Amino acid sequence: MRKKLQVEAIRQGTVIDHIPAGQGIKILDRLQLLDSNASITVGFNLPSKDQSHKDIIKVTSRMLTEQEANQLALFAPTATINVIDNYEVVDKFKMALPESLQGAFSCPNSNCITHNEPVDTHFSLREHKGDVRLKCRYCEKSFSKDIVAEL
Amino acid sequence: MENRLYKRDIISIADFNRNDLELVLETAAELKNSPRPDLLKGKVIASCFFEASTRTRLSFETAVQRLGGTLIGFSDAGNTSAKKGETLADSVNIISSYTDAFVMRHPQEGAARLASEFSSVPVINGGDGSNQHPTQTLLDLFSIRECQDKLDGLKVAFVGDLKYGRTVHSLAQALCHFGAEFTFIAPKALAMPDYILEELDEKGIKYRFSDSIEETAPQVDIIYMTRVQKERFDETEYKHIASRYILDVDSLKEAKDNLKILHPLPRVDEIAVEVDKTPYAYYFQQAENGVYARQALLALVLNEVV
Repeated sequence: MRKKLQVEAIRQGTVIDHIPAGQGIKILDRLQLLDSNASITVGFNLPSKDQSHKDIIKVTSRMLTEQEANQLALFAPTATINVIDNYEVVDKFKMALPESLQGAFSCPNSNCITHNEPVDTHFSLREHKGDVRLKCRYCEKSFSKDIVAEL
Repeated sequence: MENRLYKRDIISIADFNRNDLELVLETAAELKNSPRPDLLKGKVIASCFFEASTRTRLSFETAVQRLGGTLIGFSDAGNTSAKKGETLADSVNIISSYTDAFVMRHPQEGAARLASEFSSVPVINGGDGSNQHPTQTLLDLFSIRECQDKLDGLKVAFVGDLKYGRTVHSLAQALCHFGAEFTFIAPKALAMPDYILEELDEKGIKYRFSDSIEETAPQVDIIYMTRVQKERFDETEYKHIASRYILDVDSLKEAKDNLKILHPLPRVDEIAVEVDKTPYAYYFQQAENGVYARQALLALVLNEVV
């Protein structure tokens, strides 16, 4: 059977694969990929061996920063990242939930000191009943990842 | 016992393990029995209250003076550079360079943790917004141990505003180290927050909910009262609720002999004044114990050996 790539291969850059179907557009938005100069190819709702359907994002000539990778782990924990050079996958890794996130999100607690002082926010992460909870290092309040990301 | 608190910041009760808590309580008991007016001799302590709190401030300042220390600071941020727009980080950086320890209270949550990152000396949290008030928890624990002769396996009822009451949250967390069982008595709108219940679940701590102080009193060793704040309800609703969460002599008819009632104070009308004369009332001794608990903490933070 002839295999055909459903999303065009890239020469150099990053492929974010196995994004849960429906999350691709949110990832584009969250990582502000559309605001960058990079060429982006996306595929939504593609057939997948492991997940039945998946989204995929290919970003030309750009590596994800650690901050972006952490955010990706939070919202698409099943995603894999492929680093491409000359059409070859030269590095491949799965997302893992980080232990903590620094400076990635504002604290949803409006009375948290981080809103007024020269410090980065700092959340420790833990899984709870299928959700990811972020606990603010400063105000010690815990929030669902969706509440933190809404801001 | 090794002094793990020496030179440490005291920010959150969650940073304490059982040994740390016991060390403070032992030291507080020793200082209550045998005053040591030399433990802070030559030390200058900053007492910086960015938000007014008369009892906590006076209690800290008494503790410093009874240990022979000297105080600098302010009781209200209104006359400080904070009003000019100076960041807390800068204020702490400078004031800590003058002193040996930095006691602070601040209206914003997380202020003490932040201060500890900019301070060159240990920071002691005297309350940060609705977050933590670790010295209140230490004096609560000290009082419970004093009136029950133990801390392990006690049954404790929390009554009133369990949603916003940081003293309740911290005390519940601290008592987890001692295998306590809890009963929560609160109006629905002021129920114990889910994140605290989740923590108790994770630690395997038993708890139940009740609507009645009278029915709970015969089953518990401690009733920890807090105030249901009028402003959180409309008048009719408040009257209906308040009558159910007022502790009076009648509700103690079947109480256990060893029951003691605590309250972080100030009390308004949630404990009838007649209760003061019963052997169950312990809230005034509890307030006095604040000085010993704070003396112990200051002594341990500033001396390797006490």
